[in-house]
Amino acid sequence: MSAVSAAAAFDAERVRADFPILGQQVNGRPLVYLDSAASGQRPLAVLRAVERYETHCHSNVHRGVHALSQAATEAFEGARERARRFLNARSTREIVFVRGTTEAINLVAQSFARPRLGPGDEILITGLEHHANIVPWQMVCAQSGCTLKVAPIDRRGEVELDRLLGLLSARTRLVAVAHVSNALGTIVPVKRIAEAAHSCGALVLLDGAQAVPHTAVDVRSLGCDFYAFSGHKLYGPTGIGVLYGREELLEEMPPWQGGGDMIRTVTFEKSTYNELPWKFEAGTPNISGAVGLAAAMDYLESLGIEAVAAHERRLLALATGELERIPGLEIIGTATHKAAVLSFTLRGCHPHDLGTILDTEGVAIRTGHHCAMPVMSFFDIPATARASFGCYNTEADVHALVAALGKAREVFG
Amino acid sequence: MDLKDLYRDVILDHNRQPRNFGALSSADAQADGHNPLCGDRLTVWVKLDGDRVTDIRFEGKGCAISTASASLMTEAVKGKDKAAIQALYEQVHAMLTEHDAEADASLGKLAALGGVSEFPSRVKCATLCWHTLNAALERSAAAVTTE
Repeated sequence: MSAVSAAAAFDAERVRADFPILGQQVNGRPLVYLDSAASGQRPLAVLRAVERYETHCHSNVHRGVHALSQAATEAFEGARERARRFLNARSTREIVFVRGTTEAINLVAQSFARPRLGPGDEILITGLEHHANIVPWQMVCAQSGCTLKVAPIDRRGEVELDRLLGLLSARTRLVAVAHVSNALGTIVPVKRIAEAAHSCGALVLLDGAQAVPHTAVDVRSLGCDFYAFSGHKLYGPTGIGVLYGREELLEEMPPWQGGGDMIRTVTFEKSTYNELPWKFEAGTPNISGAVGLAAAMDYLESLGIEAVAAHERRLLALATGELERIPGLEIIGTATHKAAVLSFTLRGCHPHDLGTILDTEGVAIRTGHHCAMPVMSFFDIPATARASFGCYNTEADVHALVAALGKAREVFG
Repeated sequence: MDLKDLYRDVILDHNRQPRNFGALSSADAQADGHNPLCGDRLTVWVKLDGDRVTDIRFEGKGCAISTASASLMTEAVKGKDKAAIQALYEQVHAMLTEHDAEADASLGKLAALGGVSEFPSRVKCATLCWHTLNAALERSAAAVTTE
């Protein structure tokens, strides 16, 4: 099926019925949820998978000989296999369960970058990164003496590729880039960047938090060395995410947290570590979270990620066209290739006021700096209002957004 | 939650045309305030005679609630001493945070902020200027934050 016919066949109303939370009223109005870039809602399939695990399978994973422990282990390791397929990784040894994207990046920063980088080495990021892909590298720089370089973005919110390529050199050891910008929606040409980075001998980490709900990710085709994402942006639970790392790299990296499950043997003199991926999973993991995440992957793939993406592109195009017609409204982030994120400002109405007014109309958007303060500084604004779309949003949601913005203009007219 | 209760005419007016806006030359003290959640920033300057505020001005960027609150505050505290300002702040704070609190008649125009109590996420917007004024009065050069 082509993307176009997939979009035509996509029935968002039926998808909505899978998300019980969307049926409620907020402030006396039907909820219009336009904040999926902050956190997606969960479909019944995820809620039921978690409930089934909790009511039938729960115990601690690994080493238990009783039935429940084996059931929990199977569920947890089954989720790992599901995540491997989702990313098209070679092996489940490359799939590390973490709390989320932030923890995944910190793991790479502390276990990969910190021990092997030093003065003269460089980490390259871009001007559109989320704080989670800035601060861990600043910490490594402070710890190891390496330097953080930033490839700038342009007024459309696109990474200036030439400038980025110009910053790559033999000193560059790691390039850490968002696959999709959370604040602007920009889809970053990460495959191209990965090729260029590799030709300089640098490794590549992709922050996929905003990409996974909108695009099928194939880590081998992207050519990345690390890929990080969170379950809750993907219609799964919070507190669970995945770090993909190439096996050879993970093999060489030391554990970053010590404790149970990550060891093979422990004596007071010395401990030996478990094999991949458990070497990086100290302590009891978020088992039900992993189960829910696997169910979310099943769910999203049952809808068809391409069909969802095509549907969201139509909503984005509709919303962009509608919002552009509103006097005083400026869309922040106008890249040619965007995921379903629409950041904007409205003259005379601070984003925080906009957020409150829209909320009284039942329309949930996010306002603020979106954990991307450097992006706000670049555009010389304190904050934006951000509407983001997911698989369950409809044209009616776009119209509700436009109507609520009309209300804001009335109040602040 | 009624939007009109939050964005009363007085608020919208003071947002559009904030009073006592702009730097105060020859100030005796100043302080910067910042709400990192929404990016609101403001500076408050005061001129003092003993512990009495003889003049006050502010400047900054923020939402309507934060701007109007600062504007109303500058009008309300001018001429008052520190103790009176502290007492006033306590009244304002009660009005902002206590559900269904009756606005005290002595609050005057500040009572226009009464609707904020129905919008808990906006209380910090309204109190930022007061925290900043307090810092200025303590002649602290350090920036204050709502966090």
